[in-house]
Amino acid sequence: MTDEPAKTAIKADSPQFTAQTAPGTPLLRIDAVVKTFGGFRAVDTLSLEIQAGEFFALLGPSGCGKTTLLRMLAGFETPEAGRILLDGKDIAAVPPHQRPVNMMFQSYALFPHLSVRDNIAFGLKRAGMRRSEIAARVGEMVALVKLEGMEKRKPDQLSGGQRQRVALARSLARRPRLLLLDEPLAALDKKLRESTQLELMELQRRLGLTFVIVTHDQQEAMTMAGRIGVMDAGRLQQVATPRELYEAPRSRWIAEFVGDINLLEGELDNSPDSHPGMARRLAIATREAGTIHVAAPRQPPTATQLCVAIRPEKVKLSRRAPATEDMRAMNRLEGVVTDVGYLGGVTSYKLKLDSGAVLRSAMANTTRLDFDAYAPGQRVVAWFSPEDCVVLEQ
Amino acid sequence: MSGRAIFTRPARLAAIAPYLWMALFFLVPFLFVVKISLSQTAIAQPPYTPVFNLNGGWEAIREAFAALSLENFRLLVSDNLYVLSYLRSLTVAAISTVILLLIGYPIAYGMARLPPRGQAVAMMLVIVPFWTSFLIRIYAWINILQHDGLLNQVLLALHIVSTPVVWLSTDGAMYLGIVYSYLPFMILPLYATLSKMDPALLEAASDLGASPRAAFWHVTFPLSLPGIGAGALLCFIPIVGEFVIPDLLAGSDSLMIGQTLWLEFFTNKDWPVASAVAVILLILLLAPLLLYDRLQRGQLERA
Repeated sequence: MTDEPAKTAIKADSPQFTAQTAPGTPLLRIDAVVKTFGGFRAVDTLSLEIQAGEFFALLGPSGCGKTTLLRMLAGFETPEAGRILLDGKDIAAVPPHQRPVNMMFQSYALFPHLSVRDNIAFGLKRAGMRRSEIAARVGEMVALVKLEGMEKRKPDQLSGGQRQRVALARSLARRPRLLLLDEPLAALDKKLRESTQLELMELQRRLGLTFVIVTHDQQEAMTMAGRIGVMDAGRLQQVATPRELYEAPRSRWIAEFVGDINLLEGELDNSPDSHPGMARRLAIATREAGTIHVAAPRQPPTATQLCVAIRPEKVKLSRRAPATEDMRAMNRLEGVVTDVGYLGGVTSYKLKLDSGAVLRSAMANTTRLDFDAYAPGQRVVAWFSPEDCVVLEQ
Repeated sequence: MSGRAIFTRPARLAAIAPYLWMALFFLVPFLFVVKISLSQTAIAQPPYTPVFNLNGGWEAIREAFAALSLENFRLLVSDNLYVLSYLRSLTVAAISTVILLLIGYPIAYGMARLPPRGQAVAMMLVIVPFWTSFLIRIYAWINILQHDGLLNQVLLALHIVSTPVVWLSTDGAMYLGIVYSYLPFMILPLYATLSKMDPALLEAASDLGASPRAAFWHVTFPLSLPGIGAGALLCFIPIVGEFVIPDLLAGSDSLMIGQTLWLEFFTNKDWPVASAVAVILLILLLAPLLLYDRLQRGQLERA
């Protein structure tokens, strides 16, 4: 049978595995890439840079183009326009089997006729590695994913978690410059998923590899990734660290997509008495909650129709109004508790403000006894600091 | 709960129904054939002896048993005619199966890669010949291949040949007929395994550095082996016993075992020898049949 040892594939000791990217230049540069499917723009003029050693997550709702982007990085789809530069070389037209990139498939795509060992060795054999080297590398990978003793099993004799490990070991065996992970944990149950998340992070740090993971699970992206690119309609809506993404969403869409949030629409109030002696504050006259004071963003808003965004856990509740001079309680709204959801670590409340608007609050249950709990029908004051608000354009 | 408890009485009956069917319509008639194969030919009605006669009492039955012999089998082994017929049948079946595989595999592979709509159309095209009687289709080939047939007319008209070529009554014509008739039986099981294959496996192979050719030999081909086995046996077994195609399309200088059997039975009126031929044929085919059975069992267990 034909095996064409590595005329096209890359040798294991070739620069692919050892090349270092010059400092400052990104490992991967995606430059204005476009991909359409029958007129539908799955990926629309998208640009992105990923540094060597990064753990990058592509997050987005289904159909946002994140998987298409990943498949273009793997070589299964060819972009219609734009460039994909890996180590400065355009790989957009390079077929998958010639790329120093490996992918872990959502379905794992393990070869059912091959044992664990042969699955892991598959890529090494295609690279034309010597038998002894292959055996050593396979042993190393098996130990890495803690599958010792399972080498001779076939995929159908493994549990879901074990299969996931084989898939990971197989995709890491060639020591790719870039590892792509397509929803790698989607098929695992919650407990296993959480422990595997930590293991993946550990592995990535230890091996110093560059990971790009596609997921629709925010928690997963936030936990694992150093940076997250949020995609919608084929475009990157924001690329930021998990904290930035959550605390400083760039748009209303991001604010609503990532986590829970209260949005109060209004317009900028420029009357002088709306700024009680404080610079760096903006007053926004909301339709539903009166004037809300917010910290002035670094870039003053250009539109007048604005939206105040406040995360539920930043909205505190109390029975009586806090002292008026307390700047952290500069924004205060009164209302009635309508819903109480006890979630263990936190309790989430839904309030009906006097204006009729709905406001959500989440309070950490820091004590075992429920001194702070509020019951439906109870009248409360909700208050929050200007610094905790984000101003977004509508 | 024990696994057996869920089988209620009607369910158990349903489970043994196929075996009853096989016993009634295969095993019992086959035992008749075995009995006749041990008898001697006679000018009588029925044309063999001894005949079991239950009215003759215990003694008559014992005599009948004593009259049975392996004489016919000794004849089959000693006479070259039969040995050569068996050998020819096995050779023709083996060669045909290889040709069928070489033609059928690419067709099934191509079908499995068509878009769903195209797959349905291709499937229809494979099955459509079954709508015409098998015999009529073979006669159509005779029309095409005969001395003044369509093929020679076209070749003469195009000046590719100057005198008509002898196509009919050759081994070539026979192989053509066999391949033509059995192709669907090769394509369908191959298509079934190939279309079930997860396309992500080929992507994974490619991702791991396998060229399209390496991906085929290391992933597609090994995973299609059950289909190859099923298709090969589904063709090989009936081709060994094939009678109509060699009789109509091949020359008369060498016979396949099906033709020999026909001759013994209808021309020589030698039922015992014909029966012996059939028994040996069955024993010869038992090996591939058992193999096929094991293969299917393995597939079921994996599914």
